[in-house]
Amino acid sequence: MANEIQYIFDKDNLKKSEPGKFSTDQLKRDEMIINIGPQHPSTHGVLRLEVISNGEEIVDIAPHMGYLHRCFEKHAESLPYNQTLPFTDRMDYVAAMNNELAFAMGVERMLGIQNNIPKRVEYIRVLVAELNRLASHFIALGTFGMDIGAVSAFFWMIRDREHILRMLEWVSGARMLYNYIWVGGLYYDLPVGFEERCAQFITYLKPKLEELEQVLIQNKIFVERTANIGVLDPQLAINYGVTGPMLRGSGIKYDIRKADGYSVYPEIEFDVPVGKGEMGTIGDCWDRTSVRMQECYESVKIIEQCLTQLTGDHKRTRSFDPRAAVPKKIRPKAQELYVRAENPKGETGFYFRADGRSDIPFRCKARGASFMNLSVISALAKGSLVADLIAIFGSIDIVLGEVDR
Amino acid sequence: MIAFLFFLVFFLVYALIAVYGERKISAFIQDRYGPMEVGYYGILQMIADLLKIIQKEDIIPFAADKRIFKPAPIIVFTAIFAGFAIIPLTSDFMGSEVEAGIFYLLAIVSLDVLGILMVGWGSNNKYALFGAMRAVAQIVSYEIPLGLTVVCVVMISQTLSLQEITYQQGIWWNTIDPDAQNYLFGIKALGIETTAIGGILTWNIFRVPLFLLAFVIFFIASLAESNRTPFDIPIAESELVGGFHTEYSGFRWSLIMLSEYGIMLLVSFLAVVLFLGGWNTPFPNIGSVELATWTSGTPGTFTGHLWGAFWMISKAFTLVFIQIWIRWTFPRLRLDQLMNLSWKYLTPAAIILVLLSALWRMLMI
Repeated sequence: MANEIQYIFDKDNLKKSEPGKFSTDQLKRDEMIINIGPQHPSTHGVLRLEVISNGEEIVDIAPHMGYLHRCFEKHAESLPYNQTLPFTDRMDYVAAMNNELAFAMGVERMLGIQNNIPKRVEYIRVLVAELNRLASHFIALGTFGMDIGAVSAFFWMIRDREHILRMLEWVSGARMLYNYIWVGGLYYDLPVGFEERCAQFITYLKPKLEELEQVLIQNKIFVERTANIGVLDPQLAINYGVTGPMLRGSGIKYDIRKADGYSVYPEIEFDVPVGKGEMGTIGDCWDRTSVRMQECYESVKIIEQCLTQLTGDHKRTRSFDPRAAVPKKIRPKAQELYVRAENPKGETGFYFRADGRSDIPFRCKARGASFMNLSVISALAKGSLVADLIAIFGSIDIVLGEVDR
Repeated sequence: MIAFLFFLVFFLVYALIAVYGERKISAFIQDRYGPMEVGYYGILQMIADLLKIIQKEDIIPFAADKRIFKPAPIIVFTAIFAGFAIIPLTSDFMGSEVEAGIFYLLAIVSLDVLGILMVGWGSNNKYALFGAMRAVAQIVSYEIPLGLTVVCVVMISQTLSLQEITYQQGIWWNTIDPDAQNYLFGIKALGIETTAIGGILTWNIFRVPLFLLAFVIFFIASLAESNRTPFDIPIAESELVGGFHTEYSGFRWSLIMLSEYGIMLLVSFLAVVLFLGGWNTPFPNIGSVELATWTSGTPGTFTGHLWGAFWMISKAFTLVFIQIWIRWTFPRLRLDQLMNLSWKYLTPAAIILVLLSALWRMLMI
């Protein structure tokens, strides 16, 4: 009876599929269960937070996810590597270039062609990845401001992000989901005139960043709302596998761009900003936001250096073909490989297992930084106020596409 | 009756202007255009919105307490609208010449809290209840610094009538009280009489320079009274979705929104009357250059009405503009920080101001 559905009924199965973790019987006096999400203005997508609250105070909290699950890993197991690449865009969809970079790097390492990639291609990759990091941090800062109640900053950030999206659209033809970085190369070279426009954009952006810092980050009310709120101490952060600006906000100087030194990052000078507890405790919401703000300046530095390289040593030439090293057939040897890269949210990793006989990976596991970062919320927000929960949640900066993949 | 109809129409027209203004001002702050499609520069956008709101279905949740849910927006609106009855729009145009005007105003605006509580409780929604509880806690605690600053003005002016307070702040005080005299900074000992000079020199914030502080406290408290940012925690959309009016739609929702804008104007009117000279002109008479007389018309005549309404409304609109400006600039405070501000800073400061105003009153005699 192979084509018949086998199902053994068990009473507990129904209970397992119930949507809530908490039940009304366990409530104490004056407590109630509130569902924040999946349709809520500040869950940044379709996350559901199940909260037990005692008035304004949060007693317990459980995040429920899976509302945006699109089976990335299953797709990856049934498609060739190069066809899986566009799916990585859909993971962290506000920083698609960074995902592509990680995935492409992984496949290149499996094929053993990572040293054949031309320098110009690598610099372009880093350039677009950093542009996208800026765009992602703009969304993070802007929506965090909106969660705190400052709506204007969000629109300013969207305005500046729009310039980046237009440039990346010019590069790749798409606004958000680019499929620009290919295994072994790029879709196309940069369009003619891109370097100049990018330089112009950087000149435009610098005062805007300072303006944002003055209006939002240094604002007295903003500091009051975020300092000493949601303090994530380094130990807890490491235990939960938190990475990215959240981990650096807790004072740990760990950046995979420095630690691994992939692509051309070792040739580029930049700092790794960490939280210093300027306004409160190390690892509070303000520190995380401040780290993102500082990272924007660092990204600008990296972009400037990439532009100097792209207009200097690795100038555009007529004969340059960004697809020269693109393999015609992607069939890695039987192996297991984990590749990681610094995404704006944290460590994005792909684990591949190839059997050496097919173009399709036997297994492809994706590590979403947002997923790990989000898991810490119940530890952070317990015992705080509802308004603080929103602030903590905003400072984690998740993208639901990456949480659910 | 005329005043009632006038204020009703004025209220509605103002709401249209204020919503349009809010959207445009926020747009300019945020580097956008705002409404641009309906009419030239989007002027008719609000009329289109109004038509849309009227056509909307009046959704009443199944689990709501209908006897409370249905009339609640009307109570909110009535409480705010009744406040306009004693606003002296011009020198002799007001709904009702109540002698205890300010007292009535503070009492009737407090009814607004009742309406909001009914809105939140009747909706039978957890977010709405959160919003309503926050609103009540906030409005009740900010009424204290607000009331204390009003007491300062009442002590200096020696009257509760808003019309009389306004007369005291301009060149026409002598028409209702022939013996009255205004002095610079209110201090008789200085010997500089300003009764006939008028203008900004006789406004309360100039008559008693202390009132500049009182005005700031009043303005902050009035922001909290009207649930505006940075004190918009009852309707904090990032936390409570829609706050206390989450469950409302259509006309009932628009009544709540209308009263929200109404109270912005009401507290601005009150601030103008108490501190900024009411319907009096800001220009003083300087010798033969009688700027004050030229720009204020005689009370009771047509020009008097025109100038009075002009100054009153333009001053109030300026304050409304500042409220909008603040809303689109600042983040919002948390509930406990809000209470801290009220009980630890504003209330003690207002109490000290009451004492100082009493001393100042002694200097004035």
